[in-house]
Amino acid sequence: MTATAAVVTPGATRPSTRRSYPTAWWGMAVLIMTEAMVFVILLAAYFFLRAASKEWPLGGIEVPKLALAIPFSFVLWGSSLPIFWAEAGIRKGRVRRLKIGVALSFVMGASFLAYTLYDFNDLHFGWRDNAYGSTFYTIVGLHALHVFIGLGMNLVVQLKAWLGRYDRGRYASAEVFFLYWHFVDVVWLAVFPALFLSPHIR
Amino acid sequence: MAITEDLPPPPPATEPELLELWEDAPGIPGFFSTVDHKRIGMRYIYTCFFFFFFAGAMALFMRGQLARPNAHVLGPQLYNELFTMHGVTMIFLFNTPVLAGFGNYLIPLQIGTRDMAFPRLNAFSYWVFLLGGIFMYSSFLVGKMPDGGWFGYTPLVSKTFSPGLNIDFWGLGIVFTGLSTTVGSINFIVTIFKLRAPGMTLNRMPMYVWSMLVFSFMAIFSVPAVTLATGLNELDRLFGTSFFVPALGGSVLLYQHLFWFWGHPEVYILFVPATGMISQIIPTFSRRPLSGYLWVAGALVTVGFISFGVWVHHMFATGLPPVAMAFFSGVSLIITIPSGIQFFAWIATMWKGKVELTTPMLFAIGFLLIFLLGGITGVMVAVLPFDWQVTDSYFVVAHFHYVLNGAVVFPIFGAIYYWMPKMTGRMLSEKLGKLSFWVMFVGFNITFFPMHILGFLGMPRRIYTYDNGLGWGGLNAMVSIGSAIFGLGTAITLWNWIRSRRHGAPAGDDPWQADSLEWSTTSPPPHYNFASIPLVASRHPLWDQRPLPFATSGDEADTTGLGAEGAVQRETPVTSGIDTRPEGNLEIPHETYLPFVVALGLAFLFVGLLVKAAVVAVAGVGLAVVAVLWWTWRTEEDLAPPDHQAEAPVSVDAG
Repeated sequence: MTATAAVVTPGATRPSTRRSYPTAWWGMAVLIMTEAMVFVILLAAYFFLRAASKEWPLGGIEVPKLALAIPFSFVLWGSSLPIFWAEAGIRKGRVRRLKIGVALSFVMGASFLAYTLYDFNDLHFGWRDNAYGSTFYTIVGLHALHVFIGLGMNLVVQLKAWLGRYDRGRYASAEVFFLYWHFVDVVWLAVFPALFLSPHIR
Repeated sequence: MAITEDLPPPPPATEPELLELWEDAPGIPGFFSTVDHKRIGMRYIYTCFFFFFFAGAMALFMRGQLARPNAHVLGPQLYNELFTMHGVTMIFLFNTPVLAGFGNYLIPLQIGTRDMAFPRLNAFSYWVFLLGGIFMYSSFLVGKMPDGGWFGYTPLVSKTFSPGLNIDFWGLGIVFTGLSTTVGSINFIVTIFKLRAPGMTLNRMPMYVWSMLVFSFMAIFSVPAVTLATGLNELDRLFGTSFFVPALGGSVLLYQHLFWFWGHPEVYILFVPATGMISQIIPTFSRRPLSGYLWVAGALVTVGFISFGVWVHHMFATGLPPVAMAFFSGVSLIITIPSGIQFFAWIATMWKGKVELTTPMLFAIGFLLIFLLGGITGVMVAVLPFDWQVTDSYFVVAHFHYVLNGAVVFPIFGAIYYWMPKMTGRMLSEKLGKLSFWVMFVGFNITFFPMHILGFLGMPRRIYTYDNGLGWGGLNAMVSIGSAIFGLGTAITLWNWIRSRRHGAPAGDDPWQADSLEWSTTSPPPHYNFASIPLVASRHPLWDQRPLPFATSGDEADTTGLGAEGAVQRETPVTSGIDTRPEGNLEIPHETYLPFVVALGLAFLFVGLLVKAAVVAVAGVGLAVVAVLWWTWRTEEDLAPPDHQAEAPVSVDAG
């Protein structure tokens, strides 16, 4: 035990002047860390299996087609832009910008999801065929599931915006959604090159 | 101004009001709807100890079977099921969740706040853990207990070689309970970073809080690996994919990589909070601050990082490239350095202090001795040629019981003796406690030390019996006797706990004259923990700040939660992560059934997958989604960012 008593610093309870995020945002940030790890490990598994195989894709499956994959990937990545715009808007209390930005992002995300489902339908192999099929469907499918959940969150945010639940400084759930949606896009920045582009490199 | 020094806590006049405001509904409704971190923490601890004694009973049955050659206590199938469930229980249903339970109870108290950052999520993680445990244990009801070992390697646990439901109980159960660990860890991280009392900067956090922070980050980054290992295996089993089917391009080694990428950090996930407990107990009973605080905190973080680079030492016998094995062998040796730093810090603390041999301290010192042995055998098995000799033998069984039973369960028992007075308001009997320690310590070493020798004598692990004339009979008899003694020792503590609930001496606020904030409130603490939030200016607030100053609510919106007004509003202050400046208030939600309903929905999903009933699974998901939407609907009111608080606080007589 120290001899002199410790004294509280004056001003220790003076409010912070920095802009702060709500705790829910931090919770989402940590959730994203663990979700990112899920994708990191799945991609590691993909390359692990690939490294152990003589051919890739296995069993004479053709390499992924890019004609639609590339444009729709850009649609998905682009869907983060209206979100940035919406976020900057609601920070100034402009709910209209939030509504437009989020709705635009929904259309872009939904068209990407539609493309993924179309692509799955178009493929000539199933996830039971071999380990390539299993990894491809699982990773792309899991990402599509994240897009789907993100779209669900998007609808909730839109509904709340229309009900007038948001205003300047009161948009915590929208902020959580924004972060999640950026994450969904960033994951595709890793998944797309790994699963769609890298098989073209021999 | 919000700053107030040397002010006494608010007058007791407001206390009945506060208690009524924070009280849960009585009876069954309150039981299913509470979000109080202390009730949830206690619940975790009780549930975990239920599983602990179950796992212990299984171990005693196994030791009964192995006590002499060619015994017929258990058949081979039942033996396989029991050793699997023993391991599964100890890892997934006792050690990990009981540490989370202590964290739930202690972290908000130690950092000086009124609840966790996400109280409802906290209730959710408990319900998921409980339902996950019931899920796995329901295998006993249908007589199809998992039988592939707790780490269940493929292809043994593939559909081809294990067609029954046994493995599905295990695989789906691990995915299910893993969710609880993940959600709990997210909650711990945000709580520790955002809810610390003003003045509790990172370098003033109690070491236990540091250890739970490292625990949580390790869980966040490693649990996905085990979820994927068992989850992908379930995809193989239920839907016919081929991740681990070599004939179709899958890999059985991939399973081992995934499993141990979680499995080795998991050892430290258990060990780190246990050392955090020790780092609280030893300074208290040495009557001086922990030596080398920054070194110990640094060691915890370092262990957290390095533990992600050692997993391959579980796979030395699988024929990996020599360079890889040399690397992982080297890292496995390096990780002893941070562990050694902690060890010497504890010794130095005791050396320079005045040691009081209370029961928690005895468990701490017993831990040091046991951990030393477990650590040394750990260094031995990190060395490749040695590992090849003893792998899959009883030497390994001895090693990991020294680490996971000795170096984790002993601190947990110490923690029970140390913190129970706070949790229940009553002291445990020191006499019974010391008896329990000595019986456990002696029983432990009689049980597990001879296992090293059995390993050298060539006894493989996971055999249900052995022949006469191998020379293993005598030592095995000794091990079995020791296990009964150890079991008796744990039962004494159980009895001590039950007895003290009625007859224990009243504890008072601070029976040990300890240094951290949980001892500044009553025992047991009121539902709101602190009417006013303490102001911290030291690593040892209760030693250095007498009397402990409490904050009062300020006029700015960001500081209204600090004083008793905050407690009246059911708010707790949010502070900035580094310098703990107030940033606003967090509304503590009222009781709600939603966490239970979401967990129940998930349970339906997993049962649906288990019995292959799509309707059940879909209904479960539907239920969970509806409940989650309901749950999140009010977010704006709950989590309004600081610059826009809902309304001015109601004023109270706070002195």
